[in-house]
Amino acid sequence: MKKKLALLLVAGMTMASVIGCGGNSAETTAPAADTTTDEAEAPAADTAADTADTADTADAATDEAEAPAASGELIKVGIINNDPNESSYRTANDADLKATFCEENGYDASFAYSLKNEEQINAAQQFIQDGVDYLLLSAADTSGWDSVLQDAQANGVRVILFDRTIDADPSLYEASIVSDMRAEGDKAVEWMKSQNLDEYNIIHIQGVMGSAAQIGRSDALTETAAAEGWNIVMEQTANWNAEEAQQIVQSVIDSGESFNVIYAENDNMAQGAVAALDSAGITHGVDGDVKIIGFDTNKFALEELLAGNWNYDGQCNPFQSSYINDIIKTLESGGTISEKTIIMDEKGFDAETITQEDVDTYGI
Amino acid sequence: MQNHKSGFSAFLGKLVRQQYFIPLTALVLLALFNLIADPAFFKISITTNSAGNAVLSGTPITILDYGSELAILAIGMTLVTSASKGQDISVGAAVAIAGSFILRMLCGGDSSSGTLHMPIICAFLLGCVVAMLFGAFNGVLVAFFKIQPMIATLILYTAGRSIAAWFNNNELPIIKDATFSYIGGFIPGIPIPTPFFIAVLCMVIITLVLRFTNLRLYTEAVGINENSARLNGLNPSAIKILSFVILGLCVAVVGLIKVSRVSSINYSVIAKDIEMDAILAVALGGNSLSGGKFNMATSVMGAYIIQFLTQTLYKYKVPSEALPAYKAVVVILLVVMSAPTVREYFSNLMKKIKVKEAA
Repeated sequence: MKKKLALLLVAGMTMASVIGCGGNSAETTAPAADTTTDEAEAPAADTAADTADTADTADAATDEAEAPAASGELIKVGIINNDPNESSYRTANDADLKATFCEENGYDASFAYSLKNEEQINAAQQFIQDGVDYLLLSAADTSGWDSVLQDAQANGVRVILFDRTIDADPSLYEASIVSDMRAEGDKAVEWMKSQNLDEYNIIHIQGVMGSAAQIGRSDALTETAAAEGWNIVMEQTANWNAEEAQQIVQSVIDSGESFNVIYAENDNMAQGAVAALDSAGITHGVDGDVKIIGFDTNKFALEELLAGNWNYDGQCNPFQSSYINDIIKTLESGGTISEKTIIMDEKGFDAETITQEDVDTYGI
Repeated sequence: MQNHKSGFSAFLGKLVRQQYFIPLTALVLLALFNLIADPAFFKISITTNSAGNAVLSGTPITILDYGSELAILAIGMTLVTSASKGQDISVGAAVAIAGSFILRMLCGGDSSSGTLHMPIICAFLLGCVVAMLFGAFNGVLVAFFKIQPMIATLILYTAGRSIAAWFNNNELPIIKDATFSYIGGFIPGIPIPTPFFIAVLCMVIITLVLRFTNLRLYTEAVGINENSARLNGLNPSAIKILSFVILGLCVAVVGLIKVSRVSSINYSVIAKDIEMDAILAVALGGNSLSGGKFNMATSVMGAYIIQFLTQTLYKYKVPSEALPAYKAVVVILLVVMSAPTVREYFSNLMKKIKVKEAA
């Protein structure tokens, strides 16, 4: 019996460790793939050069050799990002960066992921030692970056911030590409105003208190509600969590108070809120009693908009790579960047005007 | 008169020593507070949900509905606490793993299709196996490697959500099948939320198991004194692992309910911090967190008290910034009251009063 049990447990543990390793290997495949292509590149370039030297008669051979020869001038970028598992925003963000900073576009990119500031700083130091040309950074924490950025500057590494700003002297980085959460909130509130409802009784579901997205999106609503005399029935944090949002909306339904707008600061919470409405038989969306507002343009959310179940979804643009690409191209060609802080274009989608094309293009 | 009085204080002294005393008092106080502040808190009405079924609605129903997950976890957590003299803090991450795995099985790797690739029950049973394996992993670390439960489970606490995301290639599967939403919602024709039924089923099963097997005796024996348990022919390691595996089973059930509620999953926030609430439920139930004797019923009551408190705080619109502080104050009060030293002090006080009365 004991032996059997021990055997079973060993099996369980190996199973678990295999799963654990599997997880690791899945994460490491990307960097591993990078290094293999790097290694493969060098000999390819060599042989190409050889063929160019020895057989300069063949035009075709030189044509072929051009592409690998150009790889010698790849721009080396080190990208430090948060864990792609963090959210679908981050997954889309990471995929977008990977798609842009590839060899076909003339980049040799290495990636490092961490949600911890110290680990990110270590990765940055590693990249500086490796002699990257550009360091792209989405910092986990706003502070603690001064010395490593000074190192970067001393070694001629240019730094571009994306998604998140840091508390460091602006001279230490070339540019910062960020979302303006307040503008996202303002856009949504502006849309609410344009609906000209007879009265506004709003359930306001907030994200994790103190996060940039929560502050920007909450302030937009709170200030306009005060100015316009809108009634906030409930204002509560659901910590970005669908089930907590469901409970909060359920508690308002139980209390019997009437409401006609739900302003949820991300799509997951809007989803939870709608689940609560469904179980109470309250209609929502384009033809419904309650207007549903979400943020982050998750694919499922845009599909809900398309189906008319929700009313509005604000974008938090994760696609910074084209902006970064432009900046690098400008800097490489000797140009200067006129503005340090670049705020991205962000859209707001209305259920009445959204198309399938929008869902495919902007859904993350 | 004198006699009656001393009889009353003796009764009070006895009552204070009862394990039921603290959770019951908390429940009564919360209920009284709500009753006085707004009797509508207890109003139950029948509404029609969007699927066209008549369902019960009202705060008491909401508490029973949303407290159920916690109650199920409290069952497993009580056993783990009793046998291993420590707590499992990886419960929330394990719920993410189980939920993600169940969704992966249901949608067959195609996250957008929304159709079911296998019966829900099969996916659930496979989810149970996975969750129990992870439970066994924790159990082995605790039982054979003698690692403190909180440290051992820290591994899964840290890695669990990434593993959960990895199961689904970091996509967010959405199940559009209506039957799947019955588990976290309502079965057509039954006006009571399904999660409550599931919780009741779990309670019945664990009650029967505790009554008709030696699980309680063995678990408590290991928790009270491992060496004497071994000398009496028990295998403490096996018992400890068993308790973690049972918790794994509870985790799988909760995972199923959680992913069914919104027919989707968010790896980073699903069942966030639920482990702390589960541990709190065990503590509120008057169980010693250092193992040994346990009372399952009071743990389950503790879970529903936590939900009662949450719903009360929502009801009175406590500001978001202050919500954790309010919760903390109530929790401190309850935990201090249920601490054995405080209970002893009160029962001594009662005795003194009795002596004075006799004099």
